[in-house]
Amino acid sequence: MKPLQKVAVSVLCVIFVTMALATFLLPAHYARQYRDIPNAVPSPAHPLGTDALGRDSLSRLLYGTRVSLLLAPAAALLATLIAALLGSVAGLLGGWFERIVLAATDLSLALPWLFLLLVVRAMLPLDVPPLVSVVIAFLMMGLLGWQASVRVICAAARGVRDSDFLLLARSTGCKPARLVWCHVAPNLRPLFYAQFFISIPLFILTEANLSILGLGVMEPMPSWGNLMRGFEDFSTLSANPWRLVPLVLLVIVVMCFQLVLPQQEVTQ
Amino acid sequence: MSDTKISKNLLRLGLRRLLVLVCLGLVGALASATLVRFAPGNGVSERDLDPRLRPDSVEALRQQQALHQGLPAFYFHYLAALFHGDLGESESLKRPVRELLRQRLPVTGNSVVRGLGVAWLAAALLASLGIASRGWFFEASTTAFNSLLLSLPSAVVAMLAVQLRAPVFFAIAVAVFPRLYSYIRNLLVRSYDQPHVLAARARGLGSSAIFMRHVLPLAAPPLFALLGVSFAISFGAAIPIEALCDSPGLGQLAWQAALSRDLPLIVNVTLVVTLVMLSANSFADLAGRTFSREAQ
Amino acid sequence: MIRRASILFSLTIAWCFPAFVAAQSAAQSGGELHFCIHGEPKTFNPLLVEDGQSEIVRYLTGGVLIRLNRQTQALEPALATSWNATPDGRTIKFHLRTGLHFSDGTPFTSEDVAYTVKALMDPQLHSPTGDSFRSGDGQVSVQTPTADTITVTFPAPVAGLERLFDQVAILSAHSPKKEMAVLGPFYVADYSPGSYVQLRRNTNYWKKDKEGKSLPYLDSIRLDIQRNHDIEILRFRRGEVHLINSLDADLFDRLQKESPSSAHDAGPSLDSEFVWFNQVPTAAFPEYKKVWFRSTEFRKAISLAINRADLARIVYAGHAQPAYGPISPANHFWFNSALPLPKYDSAAALRLLAQAGFRLEGETLRDSSGNRVEFTLITSTGNKPREQMATMIQQDLSQIGIKVNMVTLDFPSLIERITRTFDYEACLLGFTNTDLDPNSQMNVWLSSAENHQWNPKQSKPATAWEAEIDRLMQSQASSTSDKKRKADWDRVQQIVAEQQPFIYLINRDAMSAISPAVLGSAPSVLDPHAFWNADVLRLGPDPALGAQK
Repeated sequence: MKPLQKVAVSVLCVIFVTMALATFLLPAHYARQYRDIPNAVPSPAHPLGTDALGRDSLSRLLYGTRVSLLLAPAAALLATLIAALLGSVAGLLGGWFERIVLAATDLSLALPWLFLLLVVRAMLPLDVPPLVSVVIAFLMMGLLGWQASVRVICAAARGVRDSDFLLLARSTGCKPARLVWCHVAPNLRPLFYAQFFISIPLFILTEANLSILGLGVMEPMPSWGNLMRGFEDFSTLSANPWRLVPLVLLVIVVMCFQLVLPQQEVTQ
Repeated sequence: MSDTKISKNLLRLGLRRLLVLVCLGLVGALASATLVRFAPGNGVSERDLDPRLRPDSVEALRQQQALHQGLPAFYFHYLAALFHGDLGESESLKRPVRELLRQRLPVTGNSVVRGLGVAWLAAALLASLGIASRGWFFEASTTAFNSLLLSLPSAVVAMLAVQLRAPVFFAIAVAVFPRLYSYIRNLLVRSYDQPHVLAARARGLGSSAIFMRHVLPLAAPPLFALLGVSFAISFGAAIPIEALCDSPGLGQLAWQAALSRDLPLIVNVTLVVTLVMLSANSFADLAGRTFSREAQ
Repeated sequence: MIRRASILFSLTIAWCFPAFVAAQSAAQSGGELHFCIHGEPKTFNPLLVEDGQSEIVRYLTGGVLIRLNRQTQALEPALATSWNATPDGRTIKFHLRTGLHFSDGTPFTSEDVAYTVKALMDPQLHSPTGDSFRSGDGQVSVQTPTADTITVTFPAPVAGLERLFDQVAILSAHSPKKEMAVLGPFYVADYSPGSYVQLRRNTNYWKKDKEGKSLPYLDSIRLDIQRNHDIEILRFRRGEVHLINSLDADLFDRLQKESPSSAHDAGPSLDSEFVWFNQVPTAAFPEYKKVWFRSTEFRKAISLAINRADLARIVYAGHAQPAYGPISPANHFWFNSALPLPKYDSAAALRLLAQAGFRLEGETLRDSSGNRVEFTLITSTGNKPREQMATMIQQDLSQIGIKVNMVTLDFPSLIERITRTFDYEACLLGFTNTDLDPNSQMNVWLSSAENHQWNPKQSKPATAWEAEIDRLMQSQASSTSDKKRKADWDRVQQIVAEQQPFIYLINRDAMSAISPAVLGSAPSVLDPHAFWNADVLRLGPDPALGAQK
């Protein structure tokens, strides 16, 4: 591993550990409002100050890190599973099915996903606990984000289909199920893992974008995107630079992911 | 195969592709119509909260809305009107959709094309510089810079563009550039490491000759494919960026249409976006295939 | 050399002279006022106006018979020099100004007023302006004995008849330009959809200033279409925009720090924010929750447990006041000043709840059957103050053991839930009031009406107090004595304070930003706050910029 990659891995480990220990490190509950000190500057009691409602910013950051870092992999997992299924079946079967799947992939990219997200939020029953609604938000992202990986997986599956060892296996009378399980899957598995890890930073960024637009994690639960919603006010930001910490953290984490992972072919 | 036969095949392929594209576009448009019809909040508006209106007025205004004719009837009317070039009227903006699209599409097109141009230029320049210098410092700093740009959420880039009074295409360029740069750089590195390039250099060929005659022909197919894909990416990125920068383009229209549940607008915007993105991807596929065939 | 110097000197004068002249005439002529509207105006027909942007255009271009002075809150003659309403509230006679013309030169007579009134009362019109006059079915009858008098008889008494004419812009009966020919200070000269609306001075405008000079002073007004509030304030800072009609509290504070002379807080406005509980009998949540929401003690306890002072201080940075009820104290005449101030007292809230059979077990409040008191509060997405208030209410109510879940929904879904499916438990929304006369809110208070939000379209009143409010509504609608109507409305406000069907939270202040370059401005609490007197505004040199834009 290159030294840069080692540094990136160690940074990620530190952040994950801090996140795991967050409950013990949290100075205060993320929703507790200290109404006497809204928009306070950093102090020993509140190392990153407080937000507009007097909630401790550091607690919200730690909790938000947890939300973003735990749930982005969940979304990535769902997206990769869907892409793996569709892509490998399309690549293996080829012909019309492959064309249909690729066309459906392109089509789903063009559908009004903004509208879809609004609709899903509106259709949720009102009494779901906030944590469940956050999980659902990320699952929705996963359901809408599988397109990026499908083409890559499909191309790889096509390669496997045309490969010699599969031809050999088929000619020796291997049943389809065994074919898939013993010959195709092990060859595609590294690609699935790679796609999964590559998707994680993409979903972190997607969540940030959606939350800034107001479509992601709902208040009062914090997430990185949520914490960046006040960024339009540049003059206040420059006066209170500690408010940039969520953005800095997000950039560091995503950069580390990129340095650790293999390069992605340019797709959506 | 003779040249005329190749071009005839290409033409047939192109036409077939076009037909598929249009059909898919219509499918997408009608799918979004179905989505709107069954979504919660369909058929209501702020009018329902206005206490000045009498109940009979509220009812009469509700009846005027398009979806009360039922979904199959809507499909039929929409397709029939589309055949005549009439795209319907926006409910929230009270203007013909065709006029709205005619105003907004050039704005978005302008931003996307300029943004892409800037991004391609910057990426190509930086990648070539990297090949020329091949120093570790240059490589490390460009990787770091690229990584940084990739890590910025496009919403933050849009907000930054607003603050710095930068035009919208700048934000789009920043969103697309990092992906272009890493791909082009890898492509160029691979091309330059090919044995035939090495042989050409050993023979003493000039760098521009090597580039024009040995590197570019092989790199062209994936680059064309990349062009198509990058167009689709920047078009997709334009939507949230325009909404945040308040630029009067297609993205802001799509955002507003989604928020106000404006059925005619959503359907037609989906149609346009689908057509554009599918064409971009098809171009990428076709270009890749054509040039690889030619190279063979 | 002297010749050269003098040539140079004269050249310099010649070069500067136009600038001098321009500066002089610029100070005398009005200049172009720039400000932003937050969406497209949906119509230029003044009778069909529903949305805020069309209303702005109507205010600036429409000529009305009677104008409500936004500062004094009194009615003033405009196109009508005098008027006379009969005691039964059905007939009104106007004496009109003579010798006036529309913006395109068409003469103004009583025929135009007759045409406008008939169009207004067309049953097929279906507009808020028209419906305000349609208190009963039947035809309106109009008599125009002379070119400058007109008598209008409505089919049923209309409460607050005179005030309603402030909304009615007179259309021309004969002009080929139809609704684009106007009698107001400006007319629509150019409209670039998605970009701007340009209004130019109407040289035929009837009003003159004290010195007899023709109004308006401004040459033109440019309304830029700008949805993003942050971009709007950025442009205001750069001097590209001269005023912002309605500012949010945090933007106001930002601006006040930078240029205190630009930020204006005119005091509490007519707008209110409130919470209500769903009392519809067929709603889709458990019966025991319906029992809570129908209990007056429960609602009053919730009202006592909400810290309104904190809401005003933190969410609105002090630019709001706790609300008493449906009518804001800014409404001098109609506000019931005998109402008690809303209190914040968690202990009293718990006592009230105990009376109603609730008990606090540790940190959890339970009802008499042992169910945990928990409900979901919905509010609209994208409205930061509302989201913040809902979050603060969550904490306030958790102190008396009530668990509140907060859900933000986009506006259409929210409207569907509160008007059609009734699939919600509690809702936090606001009301933007443009009319001083509370009669326009009648559809909110009548139990059989659609906008009786907590339990609309009742076949008969569900409770005794709702029946009493119904009776008071009918009484004030059919009465024409303002004193009698005020007594009715005072009683309504009292009942609302006792029963809390809507738990009113705050009245926000009317905040606007006006550049020092705008002379003659007088921000008011009534909309349009910053440019209600657009006809007397003028632009001078901006001290901050050193030149006129």
